[in-house]
Amino acid sequence: MTPPSPTADIVPTLMARFPGLETSAYRGQTRVVVGEPVSLEVLSFLAAAGFDLLVDVTCVDYLEYRGATQRYGLVYLLASTATAHRLTVRVFVDDPNPAVRSVVGLWRSADWLEREVWDMFGIDFVGHPDLRRLMMPEQFTAHPLRKDYPLQGRGERHNFPVLTREDG
Amino acid sequence: MSIAPDHDTRVRPAATREEDYLWTLNFGPQHPATHTTLRLVLKLEGERVVDAMPEMGYLHSGFEKIGEHLTFNQYVTVTDRMNYISPMANNVAWHHAVETLLGIDLTPRCKVIRTIVAELARISDHLLSNGAVGLDTGAFTFFLYGFYQREVIYDIFETLCGARFTNSYTRVGGVSHDFTPLVIEKIRTFLRTFPKTLNDMERLLTRNRIFVDRTKGVGVLTKEEAINGGASGPVARASGVTRDLRKDEPYLAYADYDFQVCCAAAGDCYARYLVRMQEMRESLKILNQAIENIPAGEVNVGVDQRVGRPSKEQVYSTIEGTISHFELSMSNRTFEVPYEESYAAIEAPNGELGFYIVGDGDDTAYRARCRPPSVLHFSLFPQLIRGHTLSDVVAVLGSLNIIAAELDR
Repeated sequence: MTPPSPTADIVPTLMARFPGLETSAYRGQTRVVVGEPVSLEVLSFLAAAGFDLLVDVTCVDYLEYRGATQRYGLVYLLASTATAHRLTVRVFVDDPNPAVRSVVGLWRSADWLEREVWDMFGIDFVGHPDLRRLMMPEQFTAHPLRKDYPLQGRGERHNFPVLTREDG
Repeated sequence: MSIAPDHDTRVRPAATREEDYLWTLNFGPQHPATHTTLRLVLKLEGERVVDAMPEMGYLHSGFEKIGEHLTFNQYVTVTDRMNYISPMANNVAWHHAVETLLGIDLTPRCKVIRTIVAELARISDHLLSNGAVGLDTGAFTFFLYGFYQREVIYDIFETLCGARFTNSYTRVGGVSHDFTPLVIEKIRTFLRTFPKTLNDMERLLTRNRIFVDRTKGVGVLTKEEAINGGASGPVARASGVTRDLRKDEPYLAYADYDFQVCCAAAGDCYARYLVRMQEMRESLKILNQAIENIPAGEVNVGVDQRVGRPSKEQVYSTIEGTISHFELSMSNRTFEVPYEESYAAIEAPNGELGFYIVGDGDDTAYRARCRPPSVLHFSLFPQLIRGHTLSDVVAVLGSLNIIAAELDR
């Protein structure tokens, strides 16, 4: 049995299945804005429809962006290996507790990508099996890619605990 | 954490849990066979790897944060340092993404030139990654053969733009230096001489009994796991995924050339080696077609597109050139970027290398996300190594071609 392949009418099908979604396009890239409560349902639907490759999960902090209403915009870049079709799914979340449901159950590639977003932006992925920092040290408290984090850091580098040979 | 196993059975009763038999071995971040700074915590039962916990971040340099503070043209120097074994491909990827956001249509000459440098970068990348697999499994000569040819490619790049390693070659709407007859001649010479070395390299290793025994059946990645785990590039194609962005979403001049997508079905280290070897031959095919058909004309987009610096001749002799030069040189005037966002990727030697760029009016990205292929490949590592021996760790690591600078960014 061959898996289903998404075609150009995937977006109308998706809109019919989940009313109220917003779509837009820029440079030939179709984007679907999904509300946080139904994000997992929509992404499961798309995974079942043949988007078998999760290319990237990332986030944008719209703190200083013109006209932005919600602070964090998650980006899910989906693709199909059968038809080379692409689709971008956006999920917006806001302070104080930005959280979204994890998609590790759908695509294993989401594991580290979501850990990176947690590390860099502090978005909580509910249901992630192992949500630890990916790049920053475990003792690190901030989320460095947030717009309110300064480029040169907050002195973590200078105050970093150094383990000497005697202490070790 | 103790590295040695606990042999003293007098103080401890017979092991009550299975884990008591396991060693913990710290592999990296400073280890000659990781080639870069990445770390693995291996759980061993004798010499067999029961589990591996990859860790990254030892080379984290905040490239994405820096991308929010440098202009599109300045940031190309940072992309050099991401995958530093094929910087040209990173340059091309970055400006491909920027030009997608801005909607710039390159000149035909620039498209071909960028295709040529990207394919040269692919050859040099595959030479090193396959060479490293050979090196780690004991084939030093093979590595040196590859490295000599990398030197030839460095020489070509040096002639082209003055830098051997960190090229920073592309610019928004063009490239920093046009091809000269000398560069074309050097590439032609390389295309004539390289197939012989490639044949030698294949004869050295492809049917070498030791190498085949060390790599065949080791680190098998099935097609389903490859797709689900987000693998791309040679790693995915060695598992039977036929995805190649050069064919699936032809960018630059790839639609004009006759070449094939190299795939294998086995998904082991040997298959990844074979795919890379074959891809170099396909790259040679592309280069041979491209180098003889470089369109004439301007290499950078015209002043009407308002992104590329005009030539000195234009600046001094035309009013459009003067104004354009002024507009682009003044830090408060530069070109306009839409309040929009887009993703564009190229088939880099290592896999799908894409940038998600958010524009906010000026020529500095609001967010410059790099989608690095190495991260997803490294996250696949535990399932590839489970059940194999400690000596297979280097073979699997080498065949995935993990570049820590790209991993951590």
